[in-house]
Amino acid sequence: MNITIKLYATLGDYLPLEARRNNRLVMQVGDDTTVTDVIAPLNMPEKLVHLVLVNGHFVPPAARNTRKLTEGDVLAIWPPIAGG
Amino acid sequence: MAWTRKYLRINLTAGTVKVENLNMQWANDYLGQRGLATKYFVEEVDPKIDPLSPDNKMIFTTGPLTGTMASTGGRYSVVTKGPLTGAIACSNSGGYFGAELKFAGWDMIIVEGKSPKPVYLSIADDKVEIKDAAHLWGKTVWQTEEIIKKTHQDPLVRVSSIGRAGENGVLYACIVNDLHRAAGRSGVGTVMGSKNLKAIAVRGTKGVGNIRDPKAFMKVTYEKKKVLADNAVTGQGLPTYGTQVLMNVINEIGALPTRNHRDVQFESASKISAEAMHEKRPDGKSHLVTNQACFGCTIACGRISKLDEKHFTVKNNPQYWGASGGLEYEAAWALGAANGVGDLEALQYVNMLCNEDGFDPISFGATVGAAMELYELGLIKQEDIGFDAPFGSAEALVKMGEMTARGEGFGKLLGLGSKRLCDKYGRGDLSMSVKGQEFPAYDSRGIQGIGLAYATSNRGACHLRGYTVASEVLGIPVKTDPLTTDGKPELVKAFQDATSVFDSSGVCVFTTFAWTLADLQPQLAAALEGDWSMDKLNLMGERIWNMERQFNNAAGFTGKDDNLPPRLTTEPAKTGPAKGLVNGLATMLPEYYRIRGWDTEGRPTAETTKRLGL
Repeated sequence: MNITIKLYATLGDYLPLEARRNNRLVMQVGDDTTVTDVIAPLNMPEKLVHLVLVNGHFVPPAARNTRKLTEGDVLAIWPPIAGG
Repeated sequence: MAWTRKYLRINLTAGTVKVENLNMQWANDYLGQRGLATKYFVEEVDPKIDPLSPDNKMIFTTGPLTGTMASTGGRYSVVTKGPLTGAIACSNSGGYFGAELKFAGWDMIIVEGKSPKPVYLSIADDKVEIKDAAHLWGKTVWQTEEIIKKTHQDPLVRVSSIGRAGENGVLYACIVNDLHRAAGRSGVGTVMGSKNLKAIAVRGTKGVGNIRDPKAFMKVTYEKKKVLADNAVTGQGLPTYGTQVLMNVINEIGALPTRNHRDVQFESASKISAEAMHEKRPDGKSHLVTNQACFGCTIACGRISKLDEKHFTVKNNPQYWGASGGLEYEAAWALGAANGVGDLEALQYVNMLCNEDGFDPISFGATVGAAMELYELGLIKQEDIGFDAPFGSAEALVKMGEMTARGEGFGKLLGLGSKRLCDKYGRGDLSMSVKGQEFPAYDSRGIQGIGLAYATSNRGACHLRGYTVASEVLGIPVKTDPLTTDGKPELVKAFQDATSVFDSSGVCVFTTFAWTLADLQPQLAAALEGDWSMDKLNLMGERIWNMERQFNNAAGFTGKDDNLPPRLTTEPAKTGPAKGLVNGLATMLPEYYRIRGWDTEGRPTAETTKRLGL
């Protein structure tokens, strides 16, 4: 199945070069793939994987190992950020 | 004491300058800046006055940490009765003006009356003069700063001034200092213009003394700077990407108000985001040039950008080709998503107009959004404006910005804000505002708690009076669910009270992404005589909030004004995580009143005022 991963702010550097301009990459993953399964191979420092959203909904750290992704899901991740 | 213990009282009607002693009991009970100036204001001004009459006063005020080595200690506030809302107005600015005022030996300036002709106030340490400003009237902020610096032959003189918007009665005019830092909201610049006061120029050479325990103060401010540096948000996120990093986040969670809040997600959000500002344009350069810090700031969130010289907005205007302030998130949203405009260069150009002529990009952008909706509904005609103005038109946005800056044509109507504009066309419901002030960049259907914060904000819709987004979206200090109303009254009250203290101290509210009151408390305790316990600070925040509320109630506001436009409480979000949701204000408000110790009409009870010493 296809999912989209979006990495923002400093995490954009962990995307392949061609995907950095739009901060997103469409990936093919197997059934039963979890949020952690997608994040782990990207080798991002754990403390920078702060705000993790699936289809805009926050996934808390404790749920990332078990939260399964489905076809068309959008996984978006930010380091600790703020604004106002 | 970190205080000079002196302030200036300037009567513009009589043309007099008086030196008065700071009321140290009030400084003990209300700290400084927002709290202390509001105390002076409510003691001296009838809440029923017309904000643009000579009876209104304005207080420029520092906090006890302004000008000190505390990180971000450069803030000053302007307190007055706001013309956009008729409520208490308190606008806060950074840059270098606040610290310079303290260096000159003054904690505050109280301005009263109205000058018979344009003047500016010149302060050089103890030498304080009201000077003729006939040659400055009609000039922009940027021209005014340059002329004053040349006249004084001193490039380090710090200037706070109004542009043509403040002179022309734009009801959301700012007071701008250091070219692009502003006391931006609620029309404090309009009040300044109504008094014929063009600018305040200040040069101080005295420094800040009277720190109670200098050694302890140096030690604790060093430690707290380290807290900011070590925090991923204040040490890395804000300096690198600025507030603009929120654009994609808020869009992703479905809380980015788009096309006058018709939608909650903007298809071009990524084109106007922090990430886009870093990307190379067709001209090979990035929009963003560098970040910038205000006085004493170790965060440095400010953005400095350069426009593409070939862009339609500036190709024939080389005066806008230099590096300049922006874009910050609020301006990028208000000028962009709020109107459906996804042209980053156009947004920055209009943002420069806002800085140049001193008007609030939030209220202006949101008012353009309302105008575009009225245009699409056929209520405003092409001949009313002089051109087509559908959602998404960068050309219309740019023309409206230029007309508002110059006070021309339809720009005069835009300058009155969205409430008066929509009322004129019989659709007051389309003004996305509370108490007449336009919303900032968060849709309260997707972030429930911020809706309560907007509805109860003492200066009209505002995110900076209780930034629950920190918790509801960003997980600071703890993550809460943005889609529920549960626990939000307590959250809003906690943010509002703590922010009241930070806004009164002289430091920037952005420190609160890493600091809590427990980090501010030892800095105050080292700087100031007396008891500065956490209990005292917590009570003080609540006292300041209730004092502002009492002023508004006496000015004629009631619980009915703690409201949101019907669009947000009756039209569900169309997309994103909040799809199908409206804001649950009716659920949250009674509980908020209860925990505030207010009656069902939103008035502090006698027991509450007694407990708070009001």
